[in-house]
Amino acid sequence: MKSLNKKSVESGNIINGIKTAWKGLALTIRHLFAPNSKRQVQTVAADNYFKKLEEGTNTIQYPKQQLPVPEVGRYQLDVEIDDCIVCDLCAKICPVDCITIDSIKATELIGNTSDGSPKRLYAAKFDIDMAKCMYCGLCTIVCPTECIVMTNQYDKTVFELSDLTYEFSDMTPEEAAEKRALLEKQQAERAAAKLAAIQNKEGSV
Amino acid sequence: MTSYLIYFSIALGLFVFAALFTLFGVYAERKVSAFIQDRLGPTEVGKFGSLQTIADFLKMLQKELIIPAAADKWLFMAAPAIIFVAVYLGFAALPWGPGLAPSHLNLGLYYLLAIVSVETLGILMAGWGSNNKYSILGAMRSAAQIISYEIPAGFALISAVMIAQTLDLQVMSYQQGILSSEHSKFLGIWDVSANGGILSWNIFRAPHLIIAFVVYFIASLAESNRAPFDIPEAESELVAGFHTEFTGLRFAFVFLAEYSMMFLVSMVAVIVFLGAWNTPLPNIGPVHLANWTTGAIWGIAWVSIKTLLLVGVQMWIRWTLPRFRVDQLMNLCWKVLTPLAFACMIISGIWRIWMM
Ligand code: SF4
Ligand code: SF4
Repeated sequence: MKSLNKKSVESGNIINGIKTAWKGLALTIRHLFAPNSKRQVQTVAADNYFKKLEEGTNTIQYPKQQLPVPEVGRYQLDVEIDDCIVCDLCAKICPVDCITIDSIKATELIGNTSDGSPKRLYAAKFDIDMAKCMYCGLCTIVCPTECIVMTNQYDKTVFELSDLTYEFSDMTPEEAAEKRALLEKQQAERAAAKLAAIQNKEGSV
Repeated sequence: MTSYLIYFSIALGLFVFAALFTLFGVYAERKVSAFIQDRLGPTEVGKFGSLQTIADFLKMLQKELIIPAAADKWLFMAAPAIIFVAVYLGFAALPWGPGLAPSHLNLGLYYLLAIVSVETLGILMAGWGSNNKYSILGAMRSAAQIISYEIPAGFALISAVMIAQTLDLQVMSYQQGILSSEHSKFLGIWDVSANGGILSWNIFRAPHLIIAFVVYFIASLAESNRAPFDIPEAESELVAGFHTEFTGLRFAFVFLAEYSMMFLVSMVAVIVFLGAWNTPLPNIGPVHLANWTTGAIWGIAWVSIKTLLLVGVQMWIRWTLPRFRVDQLMNLCWKVLTPLAFACMIISGIWRIWMM
């Protein structure tokens, strides 16, 4: 009796195996002859987006076809350096320390940003290491002048790792040196003036 | 002298054919797999990516031939050649059309089974020679698998041989069409010697050969290491199995062997079970379809079409069924296929005595 049972289980397995194998084969041959038209590239917002994914192929031929993404997505960072007041807030908030800012105090008001904030610092260096960035977006939130934003550019293939360090500062090293010299001179003058004022005060006492 | 020239040109022709088929096969495999998975497959090189495999081949040609420091040098270097040559020599016995066969061997099928098994030796050499544990595991699996599956494959073929009463593949081909010198009966009752076509194929002359054909086909998948029996290369668990350490041209040879083997085993199935180079169109009354579509060129066309269809089925199966585990593999072989093939053989004996 026992061996009989075992036998029927065995043959049941075989029949089941054939059945399921055939089911799979029928499924794949349907796909083999399904229309394999190129995929229509649409935004997620399009009607029946997920339904339409089932028609045609799934391949997106990337450089030729691109998935439309929202205009402001969490992709690469961009800085409108003319609007930056070099307050260093973004560098301080960044959890992975990928923003490096080198500031030089200006000797006078440089100008105003587009929203009217006064600019008093030069950005000698404004580097963002996109290889480290984790796209948290914190830097864009703290920026008082909203000059650091995330764009919809998601392709950032480069040939060298160092190319992933984006430099936004528009100052040449010479200009930076000149501004530094100016600042030093002004500070020296102010120090001298201060010293003179103190001496004057002592002298008058 | 001229006969030697002919031999050499035939050998060269077969090699060129194997190479071209491999290029085509790899391309077809990628396209088939892509369509099955709703992808596009290669599209960039040439129209519809048709030159992709040629580009791949050129790339492989330029690659360095690396021999691992601890490898058994001679075994390692000889293995790809032996793997390929074993399959390549198998082509010598296959008839392509009436009067068209590279060599006339009256032991054709026997020779073929023998020479093709040499591939296992090559794979074992590759696995051992690589001095890599994954390679040797793959090679051992391959040996276990091929030795096991040769039994059902052999018995399935023997059941056809018992019907045909010959091991000569060319004679077997002649029997399955209108050029037959003896009587053939459809299902053992209706004399169709004059009709030919699909009616006189071996699987219809003795219908139990359909089962033998299926058994042989499944076993042949295992012998050519194709999915679902691709555990020797099991690229996910064994990295890539027995050919892990091979680079460049040596790797290309392993591939050449795999695709040639696919063609070879399919062609054997076509010759033994599916009417060889005979047309599937029978003579019906005054419409002599079979007479019109029989000949050397027709023969090559028919045998190629049938074989390519079977190769297509092999690819279809590969991209559908998941890989077997070793125990499932052995279960299927010893508990299902071998008894079935045995039964076919016994029925063949009875059929030969009472029905033919
Ligand atoms: S997005 Fe986040 S991680 Fe990237 S730079 Fe801004 S704060 Fe740093
Ligand atoms: S937070 Fe905005 S304004 Fe301040 S340094 Fe960063 S980018 Fe410039």
